[in-house]
Amino acid sequence: MTKSKVFWAIVAPLAAILNSLLFVYIILKIRGVDPFAMFGLMISYGFDPRNLVSELNQTVAYYIAGVAAAIGFKMLLFNIGIDGQYRMGAFFGAVVGAAVSLPPVLHVLVIVITAMIAGGLWAAIAGYLKVRRGVSEVISNIMLNFIAAAILSYLITPSMLGTLPEGSQNAQTFPIPKSGQMPTIKAFDGEIYTFLFVAIAVGIAYWVMLNKTVFGFNLKATGLSFRAARASGVNAPRMIFVTTVLSGAIAGLVGMGTLLSDTHNYSMAFPSGYAFTGLALALLGRNHPVGIFFAAFLWSFLERSAPVLEFEGVPPEIVIVMQGTIVLSIVVAYEVVARINLRQQQRAVGSVSAETPAVKESK
Amino acid sequence: MKEKTKSFFKSPARITILIAIVFFIIALVENITGAVDISSPGTSGATLRFAIPLLMAGLGGLWAERAGVINIGLEGMMIVGTWTAAWFGYLHGPWIGLLAAAIFGLLSGLFHAILTVKIGIDQAVSGLAINLIAAGAARYLSGIFFPPVGGDRTVSPPVETLPTFTVPVVAPFFQSIDEKNIFLISNISGLIYGITTDLSVVTVGLLLFVPLTSWILWRSKFGLRMRFSGENPMAAESLGINVYMTRYIAISVSGMMASLGGAYLALVASSVYREGQTAGRGFIGLATVIFGNWRPSGVFAGSILFGFTDALRVRQSESVMAMIMAAGILAGLLSLYFALARKWKPAGVSGGIALFALWMNLRVTNIPQEFITAFPNLATLIVLTFLAQRLTPPAMAGMPYRRGSE
Repeated sequence: MTKSKVFWAIVAPLAAILNSLLFVYIILKIRGVDPFAMFGLMISYGFDPRNLVSELNQTVAYYIAGVAAAIGFKMLLFNIGIDGQYRMGAFFGAVVGAAVSLPPVLHVLVIVITAMIAGGLWAAIAGYLKVRRGVSEVISNIMLNFIAAAILSYLITPSMLGTLPEGSQNAQTFPIPKSGQMPTIKAFDGEIYTFLFVAIAVGIAYWVMLNKTVFGFNLKATGLSFRAARASGVNAPRMIFVTTVLSGAIAGLVGMGTLLSDTHNYSMAFPSGYAFTGLALALLGRNHPVGIFFAAFLWSFLERSAPVLEFEGVPPEIVIVMQGTIVLSIVVAYEVVARINLRQQQRAVGSVSAETPAVKESK
Repeated sequence: MKEKTKSFFKSPARITILIAIVFFIIALVENITGAVDISSPGTSGATLRFAIPLLMAGLGGLWAERAGVINIGLEGMMIVGTWTAAWFGYLHGPWIGLLAAAIFGLLSGLFHAILTVKIGIDQAVSGLAINLIAAGAARYLSGIFFPPVGGDRTVSPPVETLPTFTVPVVAPFFQSIDEKNIFLISNISGLIYGITTDLSVVTVGLLLFVPLTSWILWRSKFGLRMRFSGENPMAAESLGINVYMTRYIAISVSGMMASLGGAYLALVASSVYREGQTAGRGFIGLATVIFGNWRPSGVFAGSILFGFTDALRVRQSESVMAMIMAAGILAGLLSLYFALARKWKPAGVSGGIALFALWMNLRVTNIPQEFITAFPNLATLIVLTFLAQRLTPPAMAGMPYRRGSE
């Protein structure tokens, strides 16, 4: 049983990727270009050491978003508010980082913790609404993403907390001084963010929390069966709230690599769309810390190597379509596998006793 | 007590009085602040133009959710509408563009239906993936199709405009009153004049979907099946209703509605497809469904309100301050009403809103654009927070359902 589970956990994502490759193959064929030449081009461009560095940096951000989403998924929570939470984290991290002067390591620590608190507090709104008001976290988080963007674009104006550098149209926060910056590792004309190590630590902490702590056990139990967990004494609503906040706190870290090692200030140029990416990566990586890493790398690889298609007359946005199809393929694959497993179980139970039909638990 | 407030808002006569009060306040505020744009003909016309896409997205959301499936892909389906309307409109004229948007919207809805109903994947994942794929596909196809024909990578070539008309007799009559500047009466006349002048035939056509949806939901056999599928699919199935088929149809129509909203953006509100044209309107449509309590008339009211704020934002930002003042006065009156009825909690809440509005008027000179953009989201979140008990969503909307499962 577990053997087949491991098998499917690896085969299903691969099948999904292959399926979307096939889809893109057909699209490129219609366009009249040689698909394999395009794939080859992307691979050689994407694995160019210089591009690898920027891919790795992007992977860091995606990975953290994926872990944030995965924590939610373990509880059957659909944290689509990662976008707003990450923005809140990056913004307030940047503001606090620029405002205080502290010794080097402590300064970075303060920024990171501020970002986590900001992200967590923003997520807490959705958590409160879910637990106390019964509002679906999907709806509230979508609304909160828009509201976060509005609040921040207000707060970032020069009359509030931001500044407008000379000759620029884009408001940004004040720069974080040297002591609050994280070093980079120089490699192949590029600079790798040392925040990479924090991301790895987040992945390990996620795994330990889930598998070695009582909290993680309760979390998984509540996710598997709300009622059963409640019956065995887990305070399920509280678990939901805490998990939401935790997921938001992790999401607050998404922008930290860029902030601490690259821009040193927050601006509206910080990319959006991390929410869906995070969810996609958690799905693709099956909520496993290592799986999410591979998924995150695949994502940033696709994005960074896409521009090369431009030279061949293929609009690089084909990659967005590809990402979407990967996500759909993977969830369809899981659904089909789950259906097959269920049927096998039912058959197994049915052969034991025709009197007791297996019933899938539903809410 | 509860019965009383319910009937207060339900009786048509009372609603008329309420609207009259709102209008009186707006007229008053306009006179005080000199922000003449709130009820000017231009604003009411623009409100309608901004409201229609939201309305269509909202109706799309309503159709899907009434049948029991949440459609987060509305945004993507709107993109499908903008793109196909502009491209086929450019090739074969705007009417064909509209038709193409309807057909492709129907197909995108069907896609969502197959994924969520037949295969049974998570409804939110499916919707989000559709948003992503639609956005990516539109950009990919724009890059291929538009540059050779005089467009741009992000902008389509212009499409012929659809016919507009001015209602005879009515429009000139109200125009003449509007110009006389009589307190209150001219304000109302200006509004009517605004919505009866240069009216697009598409606007009228799409507005008909509101009564049509109402009729289908509450007067037709299919509507009953649809609501049943949303409230209790298992019981529906046991009574011989084909829940899957019902949902297929409802979600396809949902896609068509959203897509037509997108087509409106490309063909009526402007005359090109532009990247990012939908600008999150699909999500605001989702908000209007909640705001409108899963009723076509409520969705209509919500989209008018949100379209109105949008129109004000674009036309004259000072008007927004005046609007806040009007909202503050209204909240103050409500507070008084509740206090007289000895309902202290709502009285306190609306009193708080009134004080907040007062504070804003005294301290804040200009509301940043971004807040007005996010207003629909904020309003919906507030409704969800404070009025959640009053909302009556379809019981099983968003829940997975498999035939034969418990």
